[in-house]
Amino acid sequence: MTLLGSSPPRPDGASKVDGTLRYANDLPMDGAWHGATLRSPYPHARIRALQWHPERAPAGAVCVTAADLPGPNGVQLLDDEWPVLAAELVQHVGEPVAVVAAPSKLAARQALRAIEVDYEPLEPTLDLSTAGRQEPLYSLELKSGEAEEELARAHLLVEGTYRTGHQEHIYIECQVMSAGWEADGSLVVEGSMQCPYFVHRSLIHVFGLTAERVVVKATPMGGGFGGKEDFPSVIALHAALLAKACGHPVRIAYDRHEDIIGTTKRHPSVVTHRAAVDAEGHLQAMEIDVVLDGGAFRTLSPVVLSRAVLHAAGPYRCPNVHIRGKVVRTNTAPNGAFRGFGAPQVQFAMERQMDRIARRLGLDPLEIRLRNVLEEGDRLPTGQTMDESCSARLCLEKAARETDFKQRWRHLEAQRRDIADGDSMPGVGLSLYFHGAGFTGNGERVLQSVIEAALLEDGRIEVRTAAVEMGQGCDTVLPMMAAEASGLELEDVVLAPPDTSRVPDSGPSVASRTSMVVGGEVAHVVSEIRDRVLAWWSDRQESGAAHTVEDGLVRGEKGQSWPFREVARSYAEAMGPLVVSRQHEPPEWQVFDEETYQGVAYPTYAFGADVVEVEVDPDTLEVSPKKVTAVCEVGRVLHEKLCVGQVEGGTLQAVAWGLMEEVKLEEGRYLNDRLATYIIPTIKDSPEMEVHLLEKPWKGGAFGAKGVGELPMDGGAPAAVSAVENATGIEVDAIPATPERFLALTSARRQVPSEPEDPERARGADR
Amino acid sequence: MKSELFVNGKSRVVEGHPMDRLLDILRDELGLIGTKEGCGEGECGACTVLMNGEPVLSCLIPRIQCEAATVETVEGLAAAEARAFLEGFVSDGGVQCGACTPGIIVTALALLRDNPHPDRQEVQTALAGNLCRCTGYEGIHRAFDRGAEDE
Repeated sequence: MTLLGSSPPRPDGASKVDGTLRYANDLPMDGAWHGATLRSPYPHARIRALQWHPERAPAGAVCVTAADLPGPNGVQLLDDEWPVLAAELVQHVGEPVAVVAAPSKLAARQALRAIEVDYEPLEPTLDLSTAGRQEPLYSLELKSGEAEEELARAHLLVEGTYRTGHQEHIYIECQVMSAGWEADGSLVVEGSMQCPYFVHRSLIHVFGLTAERVVVKATPMGGGFGGKEDFPSVIALHAALLAKACGHPVRIAYDRHEDIIGTTKRHPSVVTHRAAVDAEGHLQAMEIDVVLDGGAFRTLSPVVLSRAVLHAAGPYRCPNVHIRGKVVRTNTAPNGAFRGFGAPQVQFAMERQMDRIARRLGLDPLEIRLRNVLEEGDRLPTGQTMDESCSARLCLEKAARETDFKQRWRHLEAQRRDIADGDSMPGVGLSLYFHGAGFTGNGERVLQSVIEAALLEDGRIEVRTAAVEMGQGCDTVLPMMAAEASGLELEDVVLAPPDTSRVPDSGPSVASRTSMVVGGEVAHVVSEIRDRVLAWWSDRQESGAAHTVEDGLVRGEKGQSWPFREVARSYAEAMGPLVVSRQHEPPEWQVFDEETYQGVAYPTYAFGADVVEVEVDPDTLEVSPKKVTAVCEVGRVLHEKLCVGQVEGGTLQAVAWGLMEEVKLEEGRYLNDRLATYIIPTIKDSPEMEVHLLEKPWKGGAFGAKGVGELPMDGGAPAAVSAVENATGIEVDAIPATPERFLALTSARRQVPSEPEDPERARGADR
Repeated sequence: MKSELFVNGKSRVVEGHPMDRLLDILRDELGLIGTKEGCGEGECGACTVLMNGEPVLSCLIPRIQCEAATVETVEGLAAAEARAFLEGFVSDGGVQCGACTPGIIVTALALLRDNPHPDRQEVQTALAGNLCRCTGYEGIHRAFDRGAEDE
């Protein structure tokens, strides 16, 4: 059977193109009231008094504040430091201070005016350097070899500080959640979320309910990108609190403005590099300081930092590495999960640093990478030895070959000085990147994900996982993996909806883990049901011979065949229900020491290389990305078209983060809190994309798959900015490279040298 | 105010505040939930419908402007035309999460009515008002390219 790698149509496709699929805000209201949120206008303030005046609000409206919470005032993620509602302090603009519910949307908005809050403004921490002097939210260190000593005697020392900004998810469907209490005191929550069991845990934590009395149902999502990993727990708590207070189900649907100011974003970063390089351009030592802006609360920042630190040295060989990381607190909206989860920030820095090293030696971007690329047998700073699934060189060489990179880069470098004013300036840039597959460190071991399959009365097999369809295609791929492993037809497998009363906790739909981890277990449990049915069937045959299943047919040894579904139906009739469940265990050898940061942080890595071509307008300094060639090695391509789609979409998000997307804050207040001012690429802004998928199967993964969702987020920005440098000669070390930022750099004459600084070194390097 | 609209070929009488948005009339009064709200200010295109044959952003159209208008939503358009294009749109990767998809389908079908063989640039111009955050737009281009090849 060759189902994997083919591209059967996605089962949710038809209902998405004809508009009949119901997302969370399309479900009938059924008497539900509307919730609304009162938000802090201050980045930092003490709440002196908070007064709800029901007489000024529409009849029946209710208000809930921190004082009304039935349990701890904390959203349960890694810890419960994130308040459900601000109590004494507000710590960012847009922080929820109170929530109200009323029978109509308009009445709910009017009810907000019946709350009076007396604030005492406090000095906010807004600047990363100020924040850095305070106690960090979290810090980490990773050390291998003797970086300091090597740096002290470096042949060539290259230093750089690289900055990245916020990024807002802009899933097209804003956050939405409904909650209602049943007569028996149980709570039912339904909405747009990536992780139903995260929401489940927070509701149990705050309401003190037993697990059975909380039911969380995830609807199909209109986009997530990580933005619906952490925040849905907050809005679910708000809706549940309001529903309890008013005695009706309550729906909270954020509008775009609220969604931008109130919800989590990508962590801004400042990454400082010091590298010792030998005359040939080989990395001898690196010292890297990673500072992430966590915003007001810790949320998921410790694990974002962990992934950042583990990716900070890039897919390169370097014997002596010292990486320090910390997340600092600022009075801005909490930053959280966003596709890539810390890896894009540090790899932007690493890739820019590689380009800088290359220039110092008179090398081109390809050459410096070829001389340092990580290969099988090389060790990461964690001490992990790369196995045969390491494909960094493969990706790099393929990307260079497909685009004739070296020639074109050198040609554009040479012609740069000749461009007359007014002509658009072409440039080409390269990046090499990797992404650790699945949860970081011992994450998968701690998660203890459980996956279940059940034989239905009609002979089909129901797969039960908490994986949520957000566009990535898990509803397409999981049945394919089940069918491929078991010999069944796609139609023999059905997915249970991600509803905590119907599916076990198979972990969150994050970290590019769904196919690789959940899919692998799905293949196992479905195959086990097939085996049990088959054994029973074999016993009932006269010969008792072993039977096989192929293309949905049970085949006997004399060439006879029966549809599996019929055989399974007879089994169900005769034997009753059959449910198989399995807990995911990461490979035994995947051991990571959280104290020393040594060991196997990820069982395998996916790799990629991007070549981005841009044109820069010399008058407006606007950068237009023209074409991206992305080469991604993902272990095994499970569904070709979905996989290509992940790479294309992730690449555009990455290029846009590098060139145009910017959350502008002034004194902690948003200057661009709507889609008219927070600009994401339209189809006109978007480059042509050419994707090449490579496969170096990982033997421990589901059919060799390594995960693809986040990988493309790592390469687009540094490659685009490298292309800008090639086009203009201006070195960009902070993104987004908007025309405004560019103008500042141009005036500061941050020009790269057009000739190598040290011809002797360059000669050495060319040997 | 009371007004009569012709929605997906049927006469519908609706009543409410003159400044109610066409988007809410369609979704809340007529149950046509295929039309989505992405920004509420005419930037994202998720709420695109055809009004008197032209693509409009239904979040910007007040009830008072809808009297006697012909409105075609994704539900009506998808049922009536271009089945092959829609199937290709799915299989070529034009759809991921699907939240922008109804608006894109409405705009795309309006384009194809006027211009059955648009080139890449014409597609970009027509769809410049429809944001998609998932696909990188390349799958959408493929759907149009395939339409051209199939001819």
